[in-house]
Amino acid sequence: MNVKDLRPINEYEWEIPASYRKDMRVPVRIFATRELLEGVLDDKSLEQAVNAATLPGLVGHVLVMPDMHQGYGFPIGGVAATRYPEGVISPGAIGYDINCGVRLLASRIEAQAAAPFMDDLATAVDSYCPSGVGKSGGLSLAVAELDRVCREGSHWAQQEGFASEQDLRRTEAGGRMAGADPAKVSARAKQRGRTQVGTLGAGNHFIEIDRVDRVVHPEAARIMGLEEGCLVVQIHCGSRGFGHQICSDYVQSFQGAVQRYGIQLPDRELVCAPLDSPEGRDYLAAMHCAANFAFANRQVLAFHARRAFEDVLAGKVHNWHLHQVYDIAHNMGKIETHTIDGETMQVCVHRKGATRAFGPGSPELPEEYRPIGQPVLVPGSMGTASWVLVGTSASMQRSFGSTCHGAGRTMSRSKAKQSVRGDELRRTLEAEGIHIRAGSLAGLAEEAPQAYKDVDEVVETVAGAGIALPVARLVPLAVIKG
Amino acid sequence: MGYREIEHTADWTLEVWAGNLAELFSEAARGMYALSGVRLAEGGRSERLVSLRGDDLESLLVTFLTELLFIGEQEKTAFDRFDLDVDGGALEGTLGGAPIAGQSKEIKAVTFYNLHIDHDPHGYRTRVTFDV
Repeated sequence: MNVKDLRPINEYEWEIPASYRKDMRVPVRIFATRELLEGVLDDKSLEQAVNAATLPGLVGHVLVMPDMHQGYGFPIGGVAATRYPEGVISPGAIGYDINCGVRLLASRIEAQAAAPFMDDLATAVDSYCPSGVGKSGGLSLAVAELDRVCREGSHWAQQEGFASEQDLRRTEAGGRMAGADPAKVSARAKQRGRTQVGTLGAGNHFIEIDRVDRVVHPEAARIMGLEEGCLVVQIHCGSRGFGHQICSDYVQSFQGAVQRYGIQLPDRELVCAPLDSPEGRDYLAAMHCAANFAFANRQVLAFHARRAFEDVLAGKVHNWHLHQVYDIAHNMGKIETHTIDGETMQVCVHRKGATRAFGPGSPELPEEYRPIGQPVLVPGSMGTASWVLVGTSASMQRSFGSTCHGAGRTMSRSKAKQSVRGDELRRTLEAEGIHIRAGSLAGLAEEAPQAYKDVDEVVETVAGAGIALPVARLVPLAVIKG
Repeated sequence: MGYREIEHTADWTLEVWAGNLAELFSEAARGMYALSGVRLAEGGRSERLVSLRGDDLESLLVTFLTELLFIGEQEKTAFDRFDLDVDGGALEGTLGGAPIAGQSKEIKAVTFYNLHIDHDPHGYRTRVTFDV
């Protein structure tokens, strides 16, 4: 695709009209500066967005966020809304890591006071939070207990002593998606999930201890309990093998569904089924199980992070408590109400590598966040800054209450491995004062900061477009990876 | 017969080619293990019978590779010998392998993205993209 194929809307928005390809049902709207846009013209992001625009039942636009990059089927950074219940749901447009997301815990611990203990903190978090390839080592649950996790999500974690009432209140959907049905989950998915609650996994998942570098929205920061110079913890992971298997099962079974419903698609990874069909309802019920698993997973990891902080810092700093700011999904399908072209309707919003960003006044937010909008957590690449944002009224009107989810890759993993050595990267980051705990040096190299876009530029773009408002910038002090 | 990695911004894509379908499936498996840095233990070798079905060849390839990922995660076993019979939407055969001694990276899933198994007079060729 050429930049000439795109119609500029303003400095931060571009459109691919529905006339670009005859099978498109809606236009594609891209949130990007010209520079960010030109950066993705060589990969398949925009072609994948055009493919996504062929899904039956779409309303409004298919949206692409500035951290976009090529995925498999649906672009990363993509948002698509289908009319409920007659539109479709597409497992591949939500992703294998269902409810991959980020949790942010904040503290009043001054980074300076904690500096002598940072290495011990990194070690303690690393030892309490199992990470790495195919790692279990979390809890070992009987299938009946796993079914409770599926149905109850973070509420299961609270009943088991891993969560506070405030944790649940400050989690998207209260940490529990209604309508989860473990009977719609395969035995194989359950076998994988039984030992993976409370595990981080590998790849780009991490736990990071950060310092609040800069507050740019003092009122919102005050309400969230973010203080300049203090420590915060980010937890980035999802539904582990449990969610991967559920998505794999349904992408496979939907290959037949598209034929039964006469749906023509340009890519088999986009397979889908009507939301009101037996197949669509089954996937939704299973997907909600994975979403609840992921909420519980991050909750148990948060419990262990708090344990690590207490073990290392008790008696050494005045208050070592970590309170929850928010927990948010960035791979999810949600039934929500939005107003599109003046018509208020229920839609299924597919967000894949995009974060929900509800504006002020949303009844789905905890009371304390209603005046400021929903906290949005945007982790940067390893060793670089991250951001806390809030959703806006404009995000409700223009992006189905969605915004970016991270920095976004710009370099392939193979190129990253060729240009960066894991051990050298580790030394460089440690020379910058960042404590690293990594299970795999090869994995570390693939996640090198050079392989990602500049998160500050991504955040400037969503802020410029009005679909999120920056609150605080975070800088890393310790990174724990699988 | 062989495989090579193709550039992909976020995930991994393998190009695989072979003279027949059984070799194509075997090479895809070898390539997948190579991408995730799987090392087999010296001893403890074992064999396993497999019997899988798919709606078509592409679906069967996804099913086969997904099966190997599952066995790898749950039983910590991988395979380096493949005696397969692939016919239409059915795969039967014996896998020979050993415990996984090490693995550097995780594959979440085998995708259908742009997946076509092409056949010409030289043999079979495909590209498989993995979510990582």
